[in-house]
Amino acid sequence: MKYLSEFRDSALTKPLVAELQRFPARPIRIMEICGTHTMAIFHHGLRSILPEGLQLISGPGCPVCVTAAGHIDAFVDIAQQDKVRVAIFGDLMRVPGSNGSLSQAAAHGAQVEMVYSPMDALELAEKHPGELIVFLSVGFETTTPGVAATILEANRRETSNFAVYSTHKVIPPPLELLLADPDLELNGLLCPGHVSTIIGAQAYQTVADKYQLPCVVAGFEPADILRALIMLLRQIHEERYEVENGYNRAVTWQGNQRACALVDKVFIPEDSPWRGMGILPGSGLAIRETYSQFDASKRLDITMQDIAEPKGCLCGEILCGKFAPPDCPLFAKACTPANPIGPCMVSSEGTCAAYFRYGEK
Amino acid sequence: MCLAVPMQVIEINGSEDDFLSQPTALVESDGIKKEVRLDIVDRWPNLGDYVIIHAGFAIHTLDPQEAKTNLRLLQEMAAVTHGDGETA
Ligand code: SF4
Repeated sequence: MKYLSEFRDSALTKPLVAELQRFPARPIRIMEICGTHTMAIFHHGLRSILPEGLQLISGPGCPVCVTAAGHIDAFVDIAQQDKVRVAIFGDLMRVPGSNGSLSQAAAHGAQVEMVYSPMDALELAEKHPGELIVFLSVGFETTTPGVAATILEANRRETSNFAVYSTHKVIPPPLELLLADPDLELNGLLCPGHVSTIIGAQAYQTVADKYQLPCVVAGFEPADILRALIMLLRQIHEERYEVENGYNRAVTWQGNQRACALVDKVFIPEDSPWRGMGILPGSGLAIRETYSQFDASKRLDITMQDIAEPKGCLCGEILCGKFAPPDCPLFAKACTPANPIGPCMVSSEGTCAAYFRYGEK
Repeated sequence: MCLAVPMQVIEINGSEDDFLSQPTALVESDGIKKEVRLDIVDRWPNLGDYVIIHAGFAIHTLDPQEAKTNLRLLQEMAAVTHGDGETA
């Protein structure tokens, strides 16, 4: 078992496509929450083989996209401070804030380094003892445990020039917000893969019960996504609303409790601003008092300002499933990946970037 | 941000119970090798196991049994259509 080629076998995917297409035409709206699913669905051309009436709507699961404009400005502020070097995931580099992007700050002399892992940021601290290294941290449940482990490692090493600016978020609160909106008229949720590896399929039970909504956890291979869509359509047609796990090999009902315990040790829930959704109670994660020496918001005394989102940009509405990118008058005109106006056009998981790249107008 | 390709563990450093040991593993897929941390992995891997990686950390060790079940469920679902040959 290589866990890959087996799941990519066309002998598997072809009949699944046929099975999916056997469902009778009927208007059905399914939201894929996770940005990686959005990309995979486009990349494998799955939108073109859907049964008539089935609409896939992208949700709030692109971490860079949901980061509020005020946080982007705080990132740029931190990067511009004296004797500070910031470390970021590459996706953040070109997101415009009201004072430009991190990449523009870097062009004016700010020290900005792209890293693959928060551990790489900690290594930077050893390399540059005269500077404070600040990891500008965005991400959902999948990313947070690694950041927690990095902070614990910094604590063990007694690294004094390392801090994290946490804008971490958890995925259930925006789902609750979206589902409470009757206009969205969703019939099912395609639930994230690796977020669920951490929090477990059980995390969607409340939503499934409360909104009588079918929820299926999906992997990222075409066969995985097809299977999850079939499971969702079966539930919808049979009028069931259950949480089902279509990604058994990577997701359990309970999730990764070791990772959750580490997150809980280092972070504490706080209210957090989301692009287009406002401040959602308990949706963010702040660093606990015990580890405050690693909390950049305290060390540098950063207060986030409430900054308006870029004029004319519909990212907020797109993240809530209210609009699709072609509804934005700036899409593919004033706003392109080369000259992005909102984060949804910058991030490799952004819905606008996906529509642009795969030519859907 | 999710890298969906599981990678195979070819070397392990540190141990499960020694927290000071900075547990890491060397993993490989398609000739590409990477060092990853094992701090947050749900099950301590054995050599030869496959793990799912996120931002430099292994987050899940795949269980061959679960993966086989997963594949069988996919095959069964695929076989349904194959069998009756009906088109809607
Ligand atoms: S096309 Fe650009 S301006 Fe319009 S919603 Fe997308 S990112 Fe915002």
